Amino acid sequence: MASVAELIAPSEDRSQTAPDSVVVRFAGDSGDGMQLTGGQFTLSTALTGNDLATFPDFPAEIRAPQGTLFGVSAFQINFGSSDITTAGDAPDVLVAMNPAALKTNVRDLKPGGLIIADAGEFSDRNLAKAKYESNPLEDDSLSDWRLLSFDISRLTMDSVKEFGLGNKEALRCKNMWTLGLALWMFDRDRQPIVDWLRVKFAKAPDLADANIAALNAGHAYGETAEIGGVGLAQLQVEPAQQAEGLYRTVTGADAIAYGLVTGAQLANLKMFYGGYPITPASAVLHSLSKLKEFGITTFQAEDEIAAIGSAIGASYAGQLGVTCSAGPGIALKGEAMGLAIMTELPLVIVNVQRGGPSTGLPTKTEQSDLYQAVYGRNGDAPMPVIAARSPADAFECAIEACRIATQYMTPVMLLSDGYIANAAEPWKVPDVADFEPFPVTFLDTAQEGGLLPYARDEKLARPWIKPGTPGLMHRIGGIEKALNTGHIEYSPANHQAMTDIRQNKVLGIADSIPEQDVSQGQAGGKLAVVGWGSTFGPIHQAVRRARNKGHDVSHIHIRHIWPLPRNLGELLKSYDRILVPEMNTGQLKTVLRDQYLVDARPLNKVSGQPFRIAEIEQAIEDILA
Amino acid sequence: MNDMTPVQKMTPKDWETDQEVRWCPGCGDYAILKAVQRTLPEIGARPENTVFISGIGCSSRFPYYVESYGFHTIHGRAPTVATGVKLANPDLDVWLVTGDGDGLSIGGNHLMHVLRRNLNTQILLFNNEIYGLTKGQYSPTSREGTRSPSTPYGSVDHPAKPAAFALGAGARFVARGFDVSKNLPDVLKAAYQHKGAAFVEIFQNCIVYNKDVFNDFAAPKGAEDRQLWLKDGEPMLFGSEKTGGVKGITLDREALCLKVVDVPGGNWQSANVIVHDVKNRSIAHMLVEMPFGAFPMALGVLYDDPTPSFEEAVIAQNELAASGKKPDLQKLLSTGQTWVVGPQTEAADAGSAGSGHEL
Repeated sequence: MASVAELIAPSEDRSQTAPDSVVVRFAGDSGDGMQLTGGQFTLSTALTGNDLATFPDFPAEIRAPQGTLFGVSAFQINFGSSDITTAGDAPDVLVAMNPAALKTNVRDLKPGGLIIADAGEFSDRNLAKAKYESNPLEDDSLSDWRLLSFDISRLTMDSVKEFGLGNKEALRCKNMWTLGLALWMFDRDRQPIVDWLRVKFAKAPDLADANIAALNAGHAYGETAEIGGVGLAQLQVEPAQQAEGLYRTVTGADAIAYGLVTGAQLANLKMFYGGYPITPASAVLHSLSKLKEFGITTFQAEDEIAAIGSAIGASYAGQLGVTCSAGPGIALKGEAMGLAIMTELPLVIVNVQRGGPSTGLPTKTEQSDLYQAVYGRNGDAPMPVIAARSPADAFECAIEACRIATQYMTPVMLLSDGYIANAAEPWKVPDVADFEPFPVTFLDTAQEGGLLPYARDEKLARPWIKPGTPGLMHRIGGIEKALNTGHIEYSPANHQAMTDIRQNKVLGIADSIPEQDVSQGQAGGKLAVVGWGSTFGPIHQAVRRARNKGHDVSHIHIRHIWPLPRNLGELLKSYDRILVPEMNTGQLKTVLRDQYLVDARPLNKVSGQPFRIAEIEQAIEDILA
Repeated sequence: MNDMTPVQKMTPKDWETDQEVRWCPGCGDYAILKAVQRTLPEIGARPENTVFISGIGCSSRFPYYVESYGFHTIHGRAPTVATGVKLANPDLDVWLVTGDGDGLSIGGNHLMHVLRRNLNTQILLFNNEIYGLTKGQYSPTSREGTRSPSTPYGSVDHPAKPAAFALGAGARFVARGFDVSKNLPDVLKAAYQHKGAAFVEIFQNCIVYNKDVFNDFAAPKGAEDRQLWLKDGEPMLFGSEKTGGVKGITLDREALCLKVVDVPGGNWQSANVIVHDVKNRSIAHMLVEMPFGAFPMALGVLYDDPTPSFEEAVIAQNELAASGKKPDLQKLLSTGQTWVVGPQTEAADAGSAGSGHEL
């Protein structure tokens, strides 16, 4: 992969081919608008036809003290002409808005990469806050990289002078100035950003004008400034080859919301969403709250338990109950999940995983709730689990969760994570007509011989009976149910039989899911790298690179965590070695070992950051060495 | 609701299930069950439209014995399930059955919120001042000094007052009754007629673990002196000539508190006895603190002042927000800034698959 820094080095011929992909990281104070800058750059990049992936990384504090190391907020985008599945490893370009941002991010920058720094922010005070003893822009400490530093603060102030803003407000346009420069560097169109600013500041046209002026000034600066020996040159990254159709960018949170709406429509049900605010899951609640016209009721409950309790109540009354949370909230919902399992009511539980345990790392990503999802309830409490691999994939996974929940009368857990929830990727808008509907039928008359609320269909699902239906009054609850009648029943044989039925019902879902495929490579061989969830991107790229080097390695990505696909055991046994990279201490690895007695080896990372491609590539090399 | 069902007079028997009732012999719950089964036909309730939702505890077995829809949920969480049921189908009559442990200890949070939101349900809190199902530990309503397996030297914490809690949480209907009282069906009827969250504290005698703990006011002997049955528009009188004179409740306007006064000859007007106004929230706040000292237990409907219910407000807002919008899924998925990748752009600009954008 070519790097920007190589291309813009003055000693090199500028006419050489464009890079496949470029990784840019915007880093600044959490108040500097870095997420906004990154988001708009993403949009502009997507409109240019590049494939892309992003990684927003922000502090847990709403407004961390200015200029401090822990208050740094960053946004990384990887865009280019090849199939982009990760936010990239090391950035080619780092935009550092203050000393703290430089300090916390510069080590990640590729050797020879480009630093763009706001010299105006490198005051003694800010340097002290970032624990720099001398100004890195002036000493030789950044000599591994190429440095462009200019006073972005002053340039921004100058560019918005005519609008008469106060100092503070004027400086807030800095992110747009920087964005303007970035847009110029990569030859992106400014118009969508201008349109967006006009809408965003519709009520304050002055602010819109000032931001647009800053954006244009940053762009013009790139074009006209004499930067001397470093050589800031405009780059074109070739657009990716993409399938024809309508595209948009989508975050995982929106994709899940849209998938749930679509799933409810395919089931011909109204949807009830009970939620309680928690990072990083709240965005799903926000998204759904705006969609009342689709027959959606959203309810912000008093706590996590009330959120799932209300969703169970709504399912009992005949709507599709949904709840969503992150690890700590999912832990609180555990007992109620058991109730939904016992009463065999449909329910979708979304877990947007974050670093744990306890409060853990609320804004950082991890996939350490797999045990919790598969095993984390009292009693033998089987529950299907699905994991999304990317923002766009979360849409289909949400539909699948709705299908399984309503067809099998069971709660289903959909695993996402902080990375998927916040990241954006281009999404080819699906045609709703392509999805097979799975309309629900409610029992409206008693079975022959009398009502049996716990009778079974061929899938072992019980009938769904709405209160309000004449003649079908019955009682359900969390106490063990008698076969068929659903009356309270404690007898040994009955508990054995009901436990078996609940287990077999969930295992039987494997009949309705696709067999496990091999995403890259083929069945059989020296090594299978097996992943789940948001590690798809780095595993995919690492396996691609290893295969390009001639290694015999394949990539298997598991969407259905429970029950697992029918052929998975046989497939895994066709490889000599199995490597399972996970952002936890080895949870899927344990499940695979337990289910198939295979020697699955872990590759673990729990730093709150996604895997780098190189880390997985190295592990592949090591295992095959 | 169900116009296809011919209207026929139902009897208490029609509200019994085929399940064997399994409370301890002599438990106050039997009397409450009978009172509910007597009330339901009188208010014209329909079994298919009625849902009893409970938590965990002795009282929470209640749904199994009522021939309607029933959901025996988990400890303390019945209000949450009821909230989902009512928001999904507001036409259902939802009764919540809870106890002092279920409703005020593990589920206190939910009880507070269901009351302040004003979900249209009847909330029956069976208060026996003890944990029965777990074999006799003291509960949040147990009086100080209650000796129990977990408090062998007597409990030291101050008890919660369910009716005061409910009123403080914003309840718009607060009533009290007790298990064997003949007035209980009237209290239940009033609760049913109230649109919104109707909170009824029902004192219930746990004959195994807390026998006769309410005898200070509920025992038949001396009941007239210890029970103040409130009726809207009628003076707050209790006691009788036979037992030591009629007494009344009056307001001490200086100290802003209630006072017990003698009402010689039944002349309550001259004694300034308060006429009960179920809409008077200030007086209700004083009534829920009784009994103490010379004050009797205030029973019946203490407060009843309806306001729009939670589910009405949610549904109205949903309808308003949805009005004029077509639920077009394809359009929803295609929102935001989009772009088209198509063959025409490839032809126009080799190597560039991107094309224009639309807002």
